[in-house]
Amino acid sequence: MPQQIANRLAEATCRIILGKERAVRLALACVLARGHLLIEDIPGVGKTTLAHVLARVLGLQFQRIQFTSDMLPADIVGVSVFDQREGAFRFHPGPVFSQLVLADEINRATPKAQSALLEAMEERQISAEGRTWPLPEPFFVIATQNPAEQIGTFALPESQLDRFLMRISMGYPDPAAERALLAGEDRREMLARVQPELQPGELDSLFAAVRQVHAGPRLLDYLQALLAHSRQGAGFALGLSPRGGLALLAAARAWALLAGRDHVQPEDVQAVLPAVAGHRLRAADDAPLTADQLARRLIEAVALPG
Amino acid sequence: MAEPGLRPDQAGWLIACAVISLAPHGQHLPPAITAVCILLLLWRTAISLDKGHLPHRLLLIGVAACVVGLVLLEYHQFFGKDPGIAVLAGLLSLKLLETDSRRDGRAVLLLCFFMQTGLFLYQQSMLVAALALLGTTVAIGSLLALQGRSAAPKARLTAAARLVLQGVPLMLVLFVLFPRVQGPLWGLPADAYNRVSGLSDSMTPGDMARLSESSDIAFRAAFAGELPPPAERYWRGPVLSRFDGRSWRTARSSTSPRPAYAPQGVAYPYTLTLEPHNQRWLLALDFPAEAPGLRYGSDFQLMSGDPVRSRLRLSLLSYPHTPVGIDASPRELREALALPSGSNPRTQALGARIRQEARDADDALQRVIADFRHRSLSYTLDPQPLGREDADSFLFDTKQGFCEHFASAFVIAMRAAGVPARVVTGYQGGEFNPVDGTLVIRQSDAHAWAEVWLAGRGWTRVDPTAASAPRRIDGGLAAALPDSDRLPLLARSSLAWLRELRNQLDALDNRWNQWVLGYNPARQKALLADFGVVDADWQTITALMAGACTLVMAALTAWVLRRRLSADALDRSWSLFCRRLASAGLPRAAWEGPQDYAERVASQRPDLADTVKRIATDYARLRYGRTGIERAALQSLKHSIKNFRPR
Repeated sequence: MPQQIANRLAEATCRIILGKERAVRLALACVLARGHLLIEDIPGVGKTTLAHVLARVLGLQFQRIQFTSDMLPADIVGVSVFDQREGAFRFHPGPVFSQLVLADEINRATPKAQSALLEAMEERQISAEGRTWPLPEPFFVIATQNPAEQIGTFALPESQLDRFLMRISMGYPDPAAERALLAGEDRREMLARVQPELQPGELDSLFAAVRQVHAGPRLLDYLQALLAHSRQGAGFALGLSPRGGLALLAAARAWALLAGRDHVQPEDVQAVLPAVAGHRLRAADDAPLTADQLARRLIEAVALPG
Repeated sequence: MAEPGLRPDQAGWLIACAVISLAPHGQHLPPAITAVCILLLLWRTAISLDKGHLPHRLLLIGVAACVVGLVLLEYHQFFGKDPGIAVLAGLLSLKLLETDSRRDGRAVLLLCFFMQTGLFLYQQSMLVAALALLGTTVAIGSLLALQGRSAAPKARLTAAARLVLQGVPLMLVLFVLFPRVQGPLWGLPADAYNRVSGLSDSMTPGDMARLSESSDIAFRAAFAGELPPPAERYWRGPVLSRFDGRSWRTARSSTSPRPAYAPQGVAYPYTLTLEPHNQRWLLALDFPAEAPGLRYGSDFQLMSGDPVRSRLRLSLLSYPHTPVGIDASPRELREALALPSGSNPRTQALGARIRQEARDADDALQRVIADFRHRSLSYTLDPQPLGREDADSFLFDTKQGFCEHFASAFVIAMRAAGVPARVVTGYQGGEFNPVDGTLVIRQSDAHAWAEVWLAGRGWTRVDPTAASAPRRIDGGLAAALPDSDRLPLLARSSLAWLRELRNQLDALDNRWNQWVLGYNPARQKALLADFGVVDADWQTITALMAGACTLVMAALTAWVLRRRLSADALDRSWSLFCRRLASAGLPRAAWEGPQDYAERVASQRPDLADTVKRIATDYARLRYGRTGIERAALQSLKHSIKNFRPR
């Protein structure tokens, strides 16, 4: 049963990432919906560990790229080197050729380097030397950025933020989780022991299951009402794009699957809305609202149809 | 293909429907027919309960013959309302005994409908209308039961009531626009107007006392302005001037279209709604001015052209201080002096003595009044039995009497004293109903008083009862009678709440009479004229009716379609659930999803947690799930929500 498999994944991840069930489930949902994930938080709350664990649990090839301000696109996508024996340029794939790429501190790289990654995310292939190299299947990017750091960073523009299905933050663990963390085993050793929870082919069947989660007419009515309100309603300067709408539906489907259901309910949409729409919406009065506050503003303005 | 037999619940519905349709007829069916119907219904019920067989056809034919025989014995004919209803009642009970198919069931229900309509042939009161409505609902429920699968009786009745309610707009249109015909519903003269009580054109001692036991309404009067003082509330009816020694009768009198007096003094405008009494005389305060369509007797009685056979509304203007009959004809005065010789000798002797002592007629009148007062006569509803000479034994022996004894003895004494006098009957007083501001005059307000003719003043009203029991005039019957006397139930002042209730019911009844039963061709025309349809003939009204019915049907159809589109059964159930929780203080926010809502409710009300979560999950699955709305699941959800009553 896909629902059970998905749940198994969540449980395995939560054994390492303590007290962050919601963030873990959102991250998993993002992956199951085949979306890229942006984690925005201060250092040391487990962003990198989360990416690691997901890669291990899902049994994916993992590559970490530390973004710096002197980074060039070639450092990400790879470089063509002249091979003297063959008398021709030969492409050396960069770290992006991996199933799960962790792009650490993505906002520290220049826009040029950033856009190289973002292009790869969108196209799921790399063009170099007049040829295209497809990226591995599946392909995920989990990017992190530190919102507190301002100097020497290049904030991602909206158009590029839009490439991420979700933007989440981790936050501090609660005291009980923190205590377990302090008293418990070293996370890095635990991480090394984590075994993939998936048999070969199971991930594909999970993707298929997500796509088949039923979204009935009433749910679509509700989704459209949300979209319409984000575009026309007072309170929002920038609404959700059609891509935003698709992202919302895909994420809600994955969330429903994780909740063990075969159909989407309004609660699923509401649950993923902060993560999916938080970085796509802008409040009308340019109020500095958090993603949760923005999402709440939208949710509470739209009645369920019927 | 043979139809399957009736299910037990279907038979039950049919029996219940027959009982409800027949029961109200019990009050006018002959006891023998009632008994037969009860027996037959019990028989059918027993068969139903024991799952026994229906009786043989031949046996039923025998019973039917008995019923027909009983009706013949009772009425000697089959024609007319009463025998017809009796035969139908018997046949309905019999039909049930051979009913074991849906087709027969429908025939039974048709008969039930007919019996319910038949009730209106007897009465058109609000109670009967309510009974018919109840009967219709049960009959429609039975039709549903015949047609559908078995269901709880309550659900069945609810469905039927909904159907009846949907018929209400159509009913209103038909009520307002159906071409009206003047006259009573059932026009057979033989039994159309029986059972009316009231004054008559003769008076024998004891008549009035009998009448005073009846709380039936004689008429109602609604005054436009102030009410006249109680002492002036004499509603004048038949004038009795012929005395045969025991009974008083009306003299033959001619009528003319205008009164023989010139109204003067204070005037009281009022509307009088007279209950049918099948007589030609009307009642009015002294003395009504000329009004169209009315006739005026030479003894100043107000008359109508035809006997009053349906409720009659009159707009009248009365002048109580008008002098009448100043130039009375010698023949009339002679008649008002006549006494059969030898009757009531002691009273006649009293009159003769006063005649010798008195200076003139006025003095004689005062002396008679003084004499009556001196005798300390007492006013009572049941006087001791009087001898053959009523007036004599009343005045000289028992000294107890009701108004007719006072009036009769007084007039005899006055005539013996040589003053023309006569008895006038009518009603005195009336009860003011504060609910709708009308004065209600009942049969118990019937009264008899006297008129004497004085030169220069004409016929003057004298109430000998007032001389000995003045409170009868000021305070009504209850005030005048001694405490020991048995009073009509509703005249007792200790039952104030009962009177209040009666006032309310009576005001309601009056409104029903005025607005529902009083909606006659004239009012229909007036109403249509208000809407711009002037002088509508029946063709126009019929066309209007058809148009309005079409509109109503179209509106109903549109409503049904809209309802189906906007809210299906699932939504309605869910919003019922939310309403119930809201009234328990846990309203759902408009944006809140069902399961989040259930979680929130569960955290606040752990006692409801299980039910609420189950209902919310079921609803969400039906609403958003892959399979759509499954009928069985929907039914069970509806059921749980219906039984969900948080406090």
